Parts: sequence; structure tokens; C-alpha cells
Amino acid sequence: MDLVYTLLTGFVSVVLINNLVFTKFLGICPYIGVSGRIDMAFGMGLAVTFVMTLSGTLTWMIDHWLLMPLGLEVARYVTFIMVIAAAVQLVEMYLKKFFPPLYESFGIFLPLITTNCAILGLCLFLVVWGTATLIEAVVLSFGGGIGFTIAICIMAGIRENMQMVDVPEALQGAPITLITAGLLALAFMGFAGMI
Amino acid sequence: MAATLDGQTGEYREVVATGLWREMPVFRMLLGTCPTLAVTAAVKPALTMGLCVIFVLVCSNLMVSLMRKALRPHVRILLFTLTIATFVTIADLFLRAFQPRMSEVLGPYVPLIIVNCVIIWRAEARASNSGVLVSIVDGLAMGAGFTIALCILASIREILGTGHLFEIQVLPKAFPPWAAMGLPVGAFLTYGFVLGFINFLKRKRA
Repeated sequence: MDLVYTLLTGFVSVVLINNLVFTKFLGICPYIGVSGRIDMAFGMGLAVTFVMTLSGTLTWMIDHWLLMPLGLEVARYVTFIMVIAAAVQLVEMYLKKFFPPLYESFGIFLPLITTNCAILGLCLFLVVWGTATLIEAVVLSFGGGIGFTIAICIMAGIRENMQMVDVPEALQGAPITLITAGLLALAFMGFAGMI
Repeated sequence: MAATLDGQTGEYREVVATGLWREMPVFRMLLGTCPTLAVTAAVKPALTMGLCVIFVLVCSNLMVSLMRKALRPHVRILLFTLTIATFVTIADLFLRAFQPRMSEVLGPYVPLIIVNCVIIWRAEARASNSGVLVSIVDGLAMGAGFTIALCILASIREILGTGHLFEIQVLPKAFPPWAAMGLPVGAFLTYGFVLGFINFLKRKRA
């Protein structure tokens, strides 16, 4: 029961309270880049969730079962980025072979994800938060992906509606997106007292 | 001889102008937004971050420029990333040893320099097809542009958020600090409004 409680609070915390986009500023580039249409945003969110769960789990396993016993923490960053790049490649090849329609819809986003700072950021935050067990690492990385998806979908919805709004010329494009994100971050601060 | 020298100085001037203004990463190209938002709550961490980025950028540009003839297209990005990751590890260990407090404040945002698109963009766009010296100058100019942008945002946020600059009181004590400026909200709003202001200036001049 204790485990379930820890996992549940961890999940809610990483989705809402410590949302990667709104409190840790991770994955802002795709956040501004592909949040124009809601279907694209959802596709990106799913691809990120998928890769994030995979690489979060993999890096946790390598970190705890390989690097720490051998005292190789120095090589952590190099290893993490290699694992993420390899994971993205693997996912790409696997989808291409076995799920062509899914690959078609992910297509353009997958290579972009390697340099999405949300993925590496989450792997590093797993170290900072001192994630102790494998199941925790899996749940937290999945939650991180879901949090990103929620953030990018809300933003895409707002931006679709904003096309009908008369935005001051100087603020069009990125500035108004950032200001909107700021207001959303303000709203997400309301979750802070939940746990 | 004089002509070639002139040509070279002209090239360097071009490179510096590109880094400092024409293609300034933060305000003109919208690259490297993640550290821009995350470490600009105060000037000190922003400056530290900027210096780390300058170090990594110059070193990785140097290395990439040295091995540009041996690069093969399909392993290019991987090699760039590994080079960058190595120098970031060096910077991180250095910070942890000599600036432990800053290292704690910056936390995982130092290792996140690895995926800072500014660095890989410069490796791709400049270092992989230019000489060593030009690449180093490019790294310095781009890094300086990045640092300046970070410091501008951080000063606005620190002054309005706490009334301090570099932890020294600059606004009268009666000024009520806007706590929100130190929070994520302030980061997004400041960046958005500064970008808007720059667009406004550009429009006026055009």
C-alpha cells in the first residue's frame, strides 16, 4: 500500500506540480515550435512520452547497476546522451518495421526528440530526486511524458483559438506564446499545495 | 598580403557581428530557451551559466573544426554530441569543485548544456566547415551574445523580483518586491515581453 501511495503521489507531482514545461522549463523549443495545431501537438506529446519512459528507465538501470557500482559517475552525461540517442534510433527502426502507420504519424518528430532537453532533463532529475527503485523511475518518467503532453496540448488549444484574436503586431508569434505559457505556469502554481 | 589580411579582419568582424547581434541565439534565433528561462532568476547564476556555455562552445568548436575533414555525414551529430558532453562534464566538475554553491543553484541545468541547440547549431553551421581560428572567434562571439542576453533577462528579473542586483540593494527598501518575477511565471513573461520589445524596435526602424 505504501508503494502504491508513493508511486501515485510521485506521478501526480511530476504531472501537475513539477510539470517539466512549466516549472523546469524543459522542452521549450518543441513547445514553441509545434504547438500550433492540436493534432501535431498530441503526436509530439505521445512520441515524447514513449521515448521518455524508455530512456528514463534505461538510464536509471545503467546508472544504478553499471555506473554506480563501478564508480564511473563521471561518465554519466556521456552515457546518458548516448543511451537517449540509441533509444530514439531503436524506436524509429522498430516503428518503421512493425507499425508503419504509427511511424508515419511520428515521422518528423522522432529525430527531433534526441535533442529535446526534456528527455535528458528528466533522466538527470531522476538522479537529483534520488529515485531509489526501478518502478519509481518508470512511473516518474512516464509521468514526465504525460505532463509534457498535457502542457503542449493545452498550449495548442489556446493557440488555435488565438488565431482569431487581435494580438499587437510586435507580440505576434513567439512573444505571445511565451506570455501565454507564463499565465499557464501561474495557473499550474495552484496545484502546488495539493500534496 | 594586405588585401588578404583585410579580407580576414573583415571575416572576423562578420563573425562577431553575427554572434553578437545578427543571429544572436536568444533574442533573434530563439535557440537555447531552456537555460534562458531556468537560470535567469538572478544575475549570478545567469553569468555562471553564460561562462560555462562560452567554455563549452569554444572548446567544442575547436575540436569539431580540427576534425572537420575526417567527419562522415552519418556519424556527424553523434560525434558532435559526444564532444560537447565531454566538455560539459569538465565544466560541471570544475564548477562543483570551485563554485559548489553555484553548482547547487544551477543543478541539472549545467549538464543540460549538452542539448543546448546553440552549441550543436554552431558546430554544424560554422565549425564543421571553417578554420580553427574562425571557429574559436565564432564560439566566443556566440557565447558572448548568449551571456549578454541571459544577463539582460536576469537583471530585469532580479531587480523587479528582489530589488537587488548582484545581491546588492539597488531599489529603495520601500519598493515591494514582485515575488512572481523569481518564479517560472516571471521567466516566461520577462522573456516574452523583452522579445516583443525587440520586435517593436525592429518594426520602428524598418
